[in-house]
Amino acid sequence: MEPQPAQSEIAALIARHLTREGPMLPILHALREAYGQIPGAAPALIAEALNLSRAEVHGVISFYHDFARAPQGRHLLQICRAEACQAMGAAEMAERLLTALGLDWHGTTPDGALTVAPVYCLGLCACGPAALYDGAPLARLNAARLAQLAGEARA
Amino acid sequence: MRIHVSMDSAAIALGAEAVLAALRSGLEERGLEAEVIRVGSRGMVWLEPLVELDRGGGRIAYGGVTPGDVPALLEGRLDSLGPTEAIPFFARQTRLTFARCGVIDPLSLSDYAAQGGLAGLRRALGMTAEAIVDEVKLSGLRGRGGAGFPTGIKWDTVRLAQGARKYIVCNADEGDSGTFADRMLMEGDPFTLIEGMVIAGLGTGAAQGYVYIRSEYPRAIAVMEQAVDLARAGGLLGPDVLGSGRGFELEIRVGAGAYVCGEETALLNSLEGRRGVVRAKPPLPALEGFLGCPTVVNNVLSLATVPVIFARGAAFYADFGLGRSRGTIPLQISGNVKHGGLFETAFGMPLGTIIEDIGGGTASGRPVRAVQIGGPLGAYFGPDKFATPFGYEEFDGAGGLIGHAGLVVFDDSVDMAAMARFAMAFCALESCGKCTPCRIGAVRGVETLDRILAGERAAVALLEDLCETMRLGSLCALGGFTPYPVLSALEGFPEDFGILPEVAE
Repeated sequence: MEPQPAQSEIAALIARHLTREGPMLPILHALREAYGQIPGAAPALIAEALNLSRAEVHGVISFYHDFARAPQGRHLLQICRAEACQAMGAAEMAERLLTALGLDWHGTTPDGALTVAPVYCLGLCACGPAALYDGAPLARLNAARLAQLAGEARA
Repeated sequence: MRIHVSMDSAAIALGAEAVLAALRSGLEERGLEAEVIRVGSRGMVWLEPLVELDRGGGRIAYGGVTPGDVPALLEGRLDSLGPTEAIPFFARQTRLTFARCGVIDPLSLSDYAAQGGLAGLRRALGMTAEAIVDEVKLSGLRGRGGAGFPTGIKWDTVRLAQGARKYIVCNADEGDSGTFADRMLMEGDPFTLIEGMVIAGLGTGAAQGYVYIRSEYPRAIAVMEQAVDLARAGGLLGPDVLGSGRGFELEIRVGAGAYVCGEETALLNSLEGRRGVVRAKPPLPALEGFLGCPTVVNNVLSLATVPVIFARGAAFYADFGLGRSRGTIPLQISGNVKHGGLFETAFGMPLGTIIEDIGGGTASGRPVRAVQIGGPLGAYFGPDKFATPFGYEEFDGAGGLIGHAGLVVFDDSVDMAAMARFAMAFCALESCGKCTPCRIGAVRGVETLDRILAGERAAVALLEDLCETMRLGSLCALGGFTPYPVLSALEGFPEDFGILPEVAE
């Protein structure tokens, strides 16, 4: 278990966004960027700062794919599952990788090295199959290249 | 010598950074002087990473460059594609919205101004709000996000609305598969979008804008954030736009992975910090939008087309097109296609010409079986519909929609039943949950498709009935349009569902 950040640190981060109109998403993005996830202590502090109930804050966090997921592996591979990549064989490619790693979508390898998640369109539709690896775009992928990437991630 | 290397996400995904590094070291090793300029994409994605060399006689294109090609490139031994703008895919276009994309350094305001940028805004600054809105009306510009609503009429509603504050919100939540024009424009010519938003502010009385960009576009977010800072420093944004005494501020906001936030009312809720749930209309966002104030919500391409309309006049723009679809449309040709990329042209080109002639057919070399037009909520057209001209009304008449003008090509290996099932499953995954036809209907739709695929032919009528309910009863296009891909697949390709076409008795 990662040590939880201090409440004062979270509160300071929240305070930086309070002058914005609609500060909730900027706050959640800032928290995720700082801690890799939304810290357990954050919803109560956000609720306090924005004069909302904790349930409302939880509702927002749980609505969005970006915020809802638990901590992930050291590397994140997001493979596009949308139609344009499917037209280039993305479904079979992803299936082979997941089978080889013994994972389902959103799964993390037992060594904690790699999480494989789906994403629906990266705007790389004319050069599919596409993926984001730790935020870097990759295109014209194939099963061999993905296997190589997974190997590098776990090395 | 000038060397242009694309910094578009597609170019980077295909190795542009390694090519750039090889170029820099190659230049140094040879003691060559050259100015290396990062540009956006020319839109010829199949040629990325595209490197253009200008030895004084214009830009010469080299396609699919690898780091290993760099020595030959610098020594003049690499085969070129000739002048970039003479490549047929490029030469056949009418580039108005994308005129500067791939040409200029996206983050140079002086390059932007030197290539015709800011001319539209300067003209608009001398016009009344009413005259600005009239110019947009006369241009015939319709919302490029998909709905095709006349942009000028939306602006007029906001202009005439009473409100303590008014807002311009740019919908850059380009979640539809097969579309990447917004991303390419934001990465390749961000000042065009900013200029368009400032003009929208002048026309409606809004002084604050937001660009809501999806989190799946990290490069576009980074470029837009830098562009906003540069625009502020250059006087394009801030309290005194180009010395006019009029103010306009702009902020970039980032989405969080919810497809439905591309729907304008869900986007507004998300921008306010709420769950991205669709709002019932009325009230229209133009009257009660962001924080309850009158708000223009326009797609990236709609706003980015405004500067050229003002620079060259509404009549110039309206002269292009077909019927009530005026101007140009940036087609995004993708999927299993030989020449994938962005092709901006006047409305009216037949679908078959786009796919077979411009796109060059499939990448796999197999026959085209289906094309999905307009994203995950668009219909699948087979080659029997290839004569349909590309226009809002024309596609509607053929049982489809043009949406954000994405065209995803599939070859004959596609399983259309699997694609129909995917469309329903995607709707179930991304439904915001506000309305029952979408929330429950999509789940039942997947189950019903599974029954059909298991051989239960009687379930077809049930699926059709369910689709009718979703189409008529959903609050927004997610539930309302998911029937398009599902039913068009079922009707056009029944053999994939284990249903043989009815034989006339």
